Amino acid sequence: MEDCLAKKMEITVSEAEKRTGRNAVNMQETYTAYLIETRAVESQSEGQCAPVDSLWRRYSEFELLRNYLSVTYPHIVVPPLPEKRADFVWHKLSADNMDPDFVERRRIGLENFLLRVASHPVLCQDKIFYSFLTQEGGWKEVVNETGFQLKADSRLKALNATFRVKNPDKRFTELKHYSDELQSVISHLLRVRARVADRLYGVYKVHGNYGRVFSEWSAIEKEMGDGLQSAGHHMDVYAASIDDILEEEEHYADQLKEYLFYAEALRAVCRKHELMQYDLEMAAQDLTSKKQQCEELATGTVRTFSLKGMTSKLFGQETPEQREAKIKVLEEQIQEGEEQLKSKNLESRDFVKSAWADIERFKEQKNHDLKEALISYAVMQISMCKKGIQVWTNAKECFSKM
Amino acid sequence: MEAEGRVPGSPPPPPLPPSPGGGGGAGADPPAGAPEAVRGPLLAATEVLALDDEEDDLEVFSKDTSLAEVNSFSPSIPISPSSMINQYKYEDEPELKDLFITVDDPESHITAIETFITYRVVTKTSRGEFDSSEYEVRRRYQDFLWLKSKLEEAHPTLIIPPLPEKFIMKGMVERFSDEFIETRRNALHKFLNRIADHPTLTFNEDFKIFLTAQAWELSSHKKQGPGLLNRMGQTVRAVASSVRGGLKNRPEPFTEMNNYMLTFSQKINVLDKIAHRIYKEEREYFNEMKEYGPIHTLWSASEDDIADSLKGVASCIEKCCKATEKRMAGLTENLLPILHEYVLYSEMLMGVLKRRDQIQGELDSKVDALASKKTEKDLFSEEIGKLEDKVECANNALKADWDRWKQNMQCDMRSAFTNVAENNLRYYKECLAIWESFLASQRVDLHVEEDSEDRP
Repeated sequence: MEDCLAKKMEITVSEAEKRTGRNAVNMQETYTAYLIETRAVESQSEGQCAPVDSLWRRYSEFELLRNYLSVTYPHIVVPPLPEKRADFVWHKLSADNMDPDFVERRRIGLENFLLRVASHPVLCQDKIFYSFLTQEGGWKEVVNETGFQLKADSRLKALNATFRVKNPDKRFTELKHYSDELQSVISHLLRVRARVADRLYGVYKVHGNYGRVFSEWSAIEKEMGDGLQSAGHHMDVYAASIDDILEEEEHYADQLKEYLFYAEALRAVCRKHELMQYDLEMAAQDLTSKKQQCEELATGTVRTFSLKGMTSKLFGQETPEQREAKIKVLEEQIQEGEEQLKSKNLESRDFVKSAWADIERFKEQKNHDLKEALISYAVMQISMCKKGIQVWTNAKECFSKM
Repeated sequence: MEAEGRVPGSPPPPPLPPSPGGGGGAGADPPAGAPEAVRGPLLAATEVLALDDEEDDLEVFSKDTSLAEVNSFSPSIPISPSSMINQYKYEDEPELKDLFITVDDPESHITAIETFITYRVVTKTSRGEFDSSEYEVRRRYQDFLWLKSKLEEAHPTLIIPPLPEKFIMKGMVERFSDEFIETRRNALHKFLNRIADHPTLTFNEDFKIFLTAQAWELSSHKKQGPGLLNRMGQTVRAVASSVRGGLKNRPEPFTEMNNYMLTFSQKINVLDKIAHRIYKEEREYFNEMKEYGPIHTLWSASEDDIADSLKGVASCIEKCCKATEKRMAGLTENLLPILHEYVLYSEMLMGVLKRRDQIQGELDSKVDALASKKTEKDLFSEEIGKLEDKVECANNALKADWDRWKQNMQCDMRSAFTNVAENNLRYYKECLAIWESFLASQRVDLHVEEDSEDRP
């Protein structure tokens, strides 16, 4: 197994910066640029730190990279980008792309994307990816020069194939269903989680009002004053604690979102398989019909109804020479067709084999990551409970001294 | 005073031990005893009180039934102020409690004209002035209102416990919903018990009739009394005298009380709102969590490896939901009713302070009148003397009751908020245990997986 790029090179997306510039139609626009830093990993014995290379990229360039990878490696479940627009927000979060919290979470998401690509056994070797990380100027031109856009399958073609394919590999059909279910259930979960976060925020923040009122009330009390005042302080602490708690939870939500988007990547691989399979089936069908035509011409029997057959019956048959010529053309086409079919078959089988290998790799990664995410969610809940216990223990002491 | 009309089936009471040190001290040393039918030799108790010949207040607290029809305290009876002070030194000592009241069993009654709810009021007592040791009657809200107004009439400057409102304007609770009835029942229970714990009010005659009379008896008793006209007259006099400004001669302590109540009233209202808001947010949180958990179970159906982890999370969320429910119940059972009670108390206290001012106003206006009419001095001075006594009584009554009220308030607030803290602690501890056990199960799985991978 060759070493992935990730092992040879340290990659970080370390900063984000707001920029203004002129776009393609010469209108002023504001966008965020992200700083990608790379550094070669030196072996321990050298003990020296290699210099850091860096360059700035904006989100649209990341999109271009991913499109290129998806088209060039259709059998790979390509890691997804973080969301383009803030989704599943609750009232405290902003839906604004320029919001610093959103930008920060996106920075982390982009770094995660690069690391995933860099640690993928196939993708990490891609040269365009390498130059994305290292070549400051002219990268866009290099990508476009690969002509990958021409290789991209049209959406319409893919849709057609999905409907008409007769014998797709059952595993891909199952995988498609799975990815649909995954997408649906994670969306639902994220929506409800956002609402839960909203309510939790409300519960904590309202307690902050206690602090203010206790303080005002303590001014008119002689004996109760101290207890009230200090209890009020703890209520303020309680109310403030929710901000950090929910920020941590956003990272958990982002982890789930990644797999929400991964579902789309899975579907893309399934679609490619359906397309190839459909193509194969069409080619085989075409070959069969040509063979049949050839046979009919050779033996003179008409097995199937055809306009040609009818017209020749009505208007007289062709001359033997004409027939010979037709048969020759068909035989050539048949031979071509058979070779094509052979290579298509091979292609298709290779695709299925390599795609499935990557899908297995993906499944393991997904199971590992999601389990870790659920564990981290539990850890967060535990931390929240411990904080709550501390605050209310202190508050109880103050109240009992009232 | 003999035991008549005793509730059938109750066992004969054990003899009452005579109270020690009965020679001196404050008028009200109630006989110690168990809640159930302890009547004992009341003679002993009477003796205890009768020994205090110098204490005029004994007239009021003696077991002499000749005074049974008179209100235990009325401003028209001349009583020396000093004796009043002694009365109010009575401490609330639960061990010496001899009157136990419960309000329960709400029942709906439908007549041609109206629908109303009655509550069962059960009284258990060892007091001599009660003919029996146990009573069970049915009362409706109107009856409680009547009792309250009688108490206010008899003791204008005492702090009468608040009654729950007629209806809740917030619109979130329907008039006869279970929640409304339960909240009201609880408040009525508190109302009667606060009266029972009050050193003066507990011996009020109307209170006794409220607790013991049958429905028809109560109706006929209600019809007696000073009547509407008299009450109106009082109000007119009160308004007139307040115009003359009881404020300018208001003693310093009462100005302090006024200022205190203005702020307290404000704060307690805000606290009430905050507590209600917290309850609302917690309920909404609970509703969302109820939907959140099952999604994980749904997800587990399409997974293999992580199905158990997902189901585990679903189960944790469900258990935390139950813990949230308990937390909410704690609020409705404890903090919310107490805060609301003190909102009502603050309104009532402002009223009490005004009434004191009115009584003072009466005196002041007479004094002013005297200043201008030098001829009828003698007549006036007797009247003024009476009014001065009245003012002093009212002031002392209020002062003592105020101190008692403040102590109770402090105690109630301390226990209510401590209870809130305990509730929250319990909630967080429960949730902590739930998630920790989930985590432990997951880590075990991870270790098992790692071990199995290591093996060739």
